[in-house]
Amino acid sequence: MINASLKELAAALASKQISSVELTQLFLDRIVRLNPEINAYVTLDSDKSLAQAAAADALIAQGKAGPLTGIPVAQKDIFCAKGWRTTCGSKMLANFTAPYDAHIISQFDAAGAVNLGKTNMDEFAMGSSNETSFFGKVQNPWDRARVPGGSSGGSAAAVAARMAPAATGTDTGGSIRQPASLCGLSGLKPTYGVCSRYGMIAFASSLDQAGPMAKSAEDLALMMNVMAGFDSRDSTSLQREKEDYTRDLAKPLAGLRIGLPKEYFAEGLDAGVAKVVEEAIAQYRKLGAETVEISLPNTQLSIPVYYVLAPAEASSNLSRYDGVRYGHRAAEYTDLMDMYCKTRAEGFGAEVKRRIMVGTYVLSAGYYDAYYLKAQQLRRLIAQDFEQAFRQCDVIMGPAAPGTAFKAGEKTDDPVAMYLEDLYTIAVNLAGLPGMSVPAGFANGLPVGLQVIGNYFDEARMLNVGHAYQQVTDWHTRMPEGI
Amino acid sequence: MSLTTDDVKRIAHLARIEVTEDEAQATLTKLSGILGLIEQMQAVDTTGIEPMSHSQDVTQRLREDAVTETNQRELFQSIAPAVENGLYLVPKVIE
Repeated sequence: MINASLKELAAALASKQISSVELTQLFLDRIVRLNPEINAYVTLDSDKSLAQAAAADALIAQGKAGPLTGIPVAQKDIFCAKGWRTTCGSKMLANFTAPYDAHIISQFDAAGAVNLGKTNMDEFAMGSSNETSFFGKVQNPWDRARVPGGSSGGSAAAVAARMAPAATGTDTGGSIRQPASLCGLSGLKPTYGVCSRYGMIAFASSLDQAGPMAKSAEDLALMMNVMAGFDSRDSTSLQREKEDYTRDLAKPLAGLRIGLPKEYFAEGLDAGVAKVVEEAIAQYRKLGAETVEISLPNTQLSIPVYYVLAPAEASSNLSRYDGVRYGHRAAEYTDLMDMYCKTRAEGFGAEVKRRIMVGTYVLSAGYYDAYYLKAQQLRRLIAQDFEQAFRQCDVIMGPAAPGTAFKAGEKTDDPVAMYLEDLYTIAVNLAGLPGMSVPAGFANGLPVGLQVIGNYFDEARMLNVGHAYQQVTDWHTRMPEGI
Repeated sequence: MSLTTDDVKRIAHLARIEVTEDEAQATLTKLSGILGLIEQMQAVDTTGIEPMSHSQDVTQRLREDAVTETNQRELFQSIAPAVENGLYLVPKVIE
């Protein structure tokens, strides 16, 4: 049951082989056993989860079940869930109980899914290893001395350790795809604007996007059917027809044109990862796809551009944490200014402070043109690279991360080294494109993800591409030992 | 462009984050590394390129000028650090 797909779980629920309450309890028991070490969850509320499961069982009994009714889903702690503590991995929000539901949470509730708990994450989603969380680091279930990636590290570890059948994540510069790669999962960052950001705690608003993390592409498609859709409460939510993301899963891949950016196979890529990715691409050729070499010449620039734009947006977004309306407030202060400064010094961790300061600096008087405007101009060049590339191919493939999971502590003292983790993922966010990572094998005993980048709104095709591969490989069903 | 600890303190003040002398020193090294990375942007000539603020070419939606939210003052103030008589409390700012 713990390794079952969402479709199999739905069938088991429909046939009364198991109830949602039993299924939820089974995962809660696993969490109680495994979480003290893995630390994938920061908040559990078994009463709430089981009440939702009981309500789902009633729906199933009445024959009113949808594809996700009764299925437990772990929620990244960036999504406000009414009555649940919602921390965003920060001391600033350590005691914050959300007074309303994020759109994504409402969507899962409406689908009859069970909120299994809130998962650990890098503080305010700023990190690539889950080590910046106020609630402690998360272990990678494949090697407990290693990181699960980030920022959706708790969600990734929860699904990898089979402490949840599926989870939500968010991706601002790679925060779904990189942890999915490092933990052997499938993870999708949709086109910007497809999933509502309402109630999703903001980091960099022009880049942040929610998406699903699960074992297979088929599971991702079922979750996308719940998560995607227009929401008037997010001004950047796109008004589009509702789609069925499972519609193309079974399509043959014959004639699919795969673009291979030469910059994604250049210096900086681990040799073991390169080998696994190349083998996966060979498998696609066997499935009838053609490959074509392409170029994304501004790939290297995506990191500096991102580290101007994301901190700039963050410095503005995080100015709301002032100790007045909610969140942490310093115990002692002399006046209003002192209260702000002490509250923020105490409430934010080192990486968040660094990014706020970088953002403050690049937006400060006299520097705007040299940094922010320059970065926005380069952002257009990066987006144009993809526009050119998609004239020659249907999807782009490459690694999701430059290496496999690294050891905890290995990169914490060097922010720039940590930032390079996102070399292959960041450009996708800057362009607003959809990106996905699917498990493609192992290097040095650790999972490796294949990244699939699609054109705008091409998620159904990308899921088809992932699913076809998963019909002829079994990497996505592999589980770590000792769980 | 090289920063000094005084620059770090100035930036921290603009960001409303208190820093000690030791923290300013440690932050200086890391911020300098990050700004060094950012500096790579200057190698590219971007004259005449229109800045891109958003990935989708969409315009702001308008809605009816009607009340859509109800007052939830009590709920929202229940999570505030300090309130009194329905007001958020902050240190005195006007003498």
